[in-house]
Amino acid sequence: MKNSSRRGFMGKAFGVFAAGGAIASLYAMKKSWDPLPSVKAAGFTTLDMSGYTDNELVVEKWRGKPIFVLKQSAEMLKKAEANPKDMDRLVKIGDAHFMVCVGLCTHLGCIPGYRPDTQDFLCACHGGMYDFTAEVTKAPPPRGLDIPPFKIDGTTLVLGEEGPEYKKMLESGTTLKV
Amino acid sequence: MAHFTKATSIKDWLNQRLAIEKVEKVMASEYWIPKNINFLWAMGMILVITFALLLVSGIFLLMYYQPNVTTAFDSVNYTIMREVDFGWLWRHVHGVAASVVFLIIYIHMFTGIYYGSYKKGREMIWISGMLLFVAFSAEAFSGYMLPWGQMSYWAGMVITNLFSGGSLHADGLVEWIRGDYVPAQAFLNRFFMLHVLLIPVAIMGLIGLHFGALRIPHVNNQDGEEIDFDVESKKYLDGDKAGSKVIRFANDFMAKDMMVVGFYLVFFFYLVFYHYGFAMDPVNFDPADGLKTPAHIYPEWYFLWSYEILRPFSTDVGLMAFAFAQVIFMMLPFLDRSPNTVPASRRGLFKYWFWAMLIDMIILTAMGKVPPVEPFGSIGFYAALTFIGLWIALPFITMMEKKV
Repeated sequence: MKNSSRRGFMGKAFGVFAAGGAIASLYAMKKSWDPLPSVKAAGFTTLDMSGYTDNELVVEKWRGKPIFVLKQSAEMLKKAEANPKDMDRLVKIGDAHFMVCVGLCTHLGCIPGYRPDTQDFLCACHGGMYDFTAEVTKAPPPRGLDIPPFKIDGTTLVLGEEGPEYKKMLESGTTLKV
Repeated sequence: MAHFTKATSIKDWLNQRLAIEKVEKVMASEYWIPKNINFLWAMGMILVITFALLLVSGIFLLMYYQPNVTTAFDSVNYTIMREVDFGWLWRHVHGVAASVVFLIIYIHMFTGIYYGSYKKGREMIWISGMLLFVAFSAEAFSGYMLPWGQMSYWAGMVITNLFSGGSLHADGLVEWIRGDYVPAQAFLNRFFMLHVLLIPVAIMGLIGLHFGALRIPHVNNQDGEEIDFDVESKKYLDGDKAGSKVIRFANDFMAKDMMVVGFYLVFFFYLVFYHYGFAMDPVNFDPADGLKTPAHIYPEWYFLWSYEILRPFSTDVGLMAFAFAQVIFMMLPFLDRSPNTVPASRRGLFKYWFWAMLIDMIILTAMGKVPPVEPFGSIGFYAALTFIGLWIALPFITMMEKKV
């Protein structure tokens, strides 16, 4: 009886140590799967905004993801002004307005294609659609394309840094944090 | 210490140390199989053989494959396919077997559903089988990443994005799974590890569990008859082989089993040598490019039905329907409320449920392959609703079933 209770104690003591070890190693395993510091550090891209043409989609790259840049023509801007939700999504640099978005469908991450004639985006994977400011117009995507963190610096745009214009977009819910 | 005597033969020497005769009896010659079965009972052995083919071909691929984003594509498409003698054979065996193994799994599953082989003590056979299905799905997906072509990359992007949970917006989890913002080196390396080590080990463990789960309830038969294996095996051993309802696993049952395997292997190697193309998507012969989505992303044929359950709905509803489809088969032994273990043809409404489910899954598979345009979008939508509806109806129609 005395022996078995002593065994019982040893068993419990071992269990406590083993559980502690298991939790510690799970923590180490979780951290080992995190993105590496070198991956995180390579996260900034600078764009010169003076070289874009109206209604011509240019695909840049930031953190391995495609970034859509679409300079708005006068006609598009007029359409956008009629819809405040569209207007909120545009980035104003000097006198020009730009749509700057992560070019991955908010449904499951395919790259939507731009159709300059109809001035909209179509995602071929599951048929989602977006207008020329990348606001969603047809499900399944739950929201417009996400806008990457940006900072306006004269005529350049730094992706990966959070400027006041971007922070305003976050607060108003125009975009989610990417 | 046990008592050992001078061995009279090598067999006797081994017998004293490893009890090989006893093991042989337990595993083969006195493991009893009902006589009242048909060729559909050979699917298990076909799956074992196919798994062995995957393992052997995989070992040879592993010796030349390089899990690196800059060299992976060429190590498969140049080194293995052009430089290594018979490299093409291992790759085509591996690709075709990965596709065909799902065809056999589905036949195996629907055989079990039709004959009620998940009931009355056979629940763990069914559950371990469904766990194997999940493990094989993960194995197929992780293997699909390795050639690092366009379909590898974009399937990796889309499937890992599922873990963001729609509106939960769990991007941190997705980035953790990838080890990067997008599928890149860390992603390829860890899926390589999963494909060649962790998941295969899990599969082998689950196969052991699946076989172990068979020992006590034994294999089902064509009429769902409850056989007293002790009485019937005694009859057999006493010489009444014709009167007994059971036969030995080896060599008696195995003889016919391997004949079906033989027919299967003719079909299998016909595909490997003459029709391997169905298992090799042409889009995946373009190297991965994170700035260009293929015009039309679709999974391999065996995932199309669950993909089509995801596709017609908005993100959150789609994810919920998809999650439902992934787990619901596991629940079958508990959702079927009828006490009858007989073929579906003798089970009233369940007969129609079985065929409706089979046809619905074929429709979902076909709709998953075509682009999301009308009328296919609507057909897929109603087929997905039918799938969910059939599972909700199952407990009610089986509750009403009369005892046979």
